[in-house]
Amino acid sequence: MTEKEDHRHEMDSQLPEARTEALEDLLVEKGLIDRARIDSLIERFEHDLGPMIGARLVAKAWLEPEFRDRLVADTDQVLQEENVSGAQIEHVEIKANEPGIHNVVVCTLCSCYPWALLGLPPAWYKSPEYRARVVREPRKVLEEMGLSLEAETEIRVWDSSSETRFLVLPERPAGSEHLEIEELAELVTRDSMIGVARAQTP
Amino acid sequence: MLDGSSVAPPRDNGELVFEAPWQSRAFGVAADLVDSEHFTWNDFRHHLIDVIGEWEALEGGEQPEWDYYSCWLTALERIVNSLALLDLAEVDARAGLYAARPHGHDH
Repeated sequence: MTEKEDHRHEMDSQLPEARTEALEDLLVEKGLIDRARIDSLIERFEHDLGPMIGARLVAKAWLEPEFRDRLVADTDQVLQEENVSGAQIEHVEIKANEPGIHNVVVCTLCSCYPWALLGLPPAWYKSPEYRARVVREPRKVLEEMGLSLEAETEIRVWDSSSETRFLVLPERPAGSEHLEIEELAELVTRDSMIGVARAQTP
Repeated sequence: MLDGSSVAPPRDNGELVFEAPWQSRAFGVAADLVDSEHFTWNDFRHHLIDVIGEWEALEGGEQPEWDYYSCWLTALERIVNSLALLDLAEVDARAGLYAARPHGHDH
């Protein structure tokens, strides 16, 4: 092996593809992890967990004021009753938007997110730009993401932590009065539950 | 990035969860170690916050392009090393072997 090739291999051993494969194989060989379990775990996060879980709860909250009150006041309990999987490991708070108050969620230090309700976060949520800027200049960041709020609307930014995850309960859009729960849930986007968008209009 | 253009319209299940297979494996390995109670998500989070903080502290020229799952992987390496589940020298050696495989080798 020439010196140049040697150097190249040294660099390649730092590639995340090679390191991840090495890490996984070594842990499997030591009996510390199980490949089949990992396969099904990834499958679950790619296909079963996602914003549709949160969207159904939001739609139900729009339809049933009593449910909405309980969801906001006693979130963890309601999530357990609704069989939201993984809810037992996260304490979730629901922040309801109302006229004059808009809520938006961030994790300034890393990427904490209500997995049980929304799945894994999108790339922009984890980006250094979003994490730093939405706290400093939320109105401008929301504007850049396509959400213009009136000057008098108060913006509340919620910083997630290992203890507490947040979900925004967006306002029910005008013109949705006649819709059933499934149709309503389709209006509730992931972004509206993070607080960087409104719910869609029918 | 924040103009919304890169934000795909959410499908019923949101956008693509992982952008490359290694990212999903790195996620899955961490999650399985949590499920098998080798450490908690909170333990892992401390390492992840450190790694992200170190990236943020780098000056412009020295700062590699932002890559969330690279931070994730580094945090994972550190926690398995600190718990003595694996020695990082083993990971280096094995990763070097894999990286030296002929091009196009697919597992």
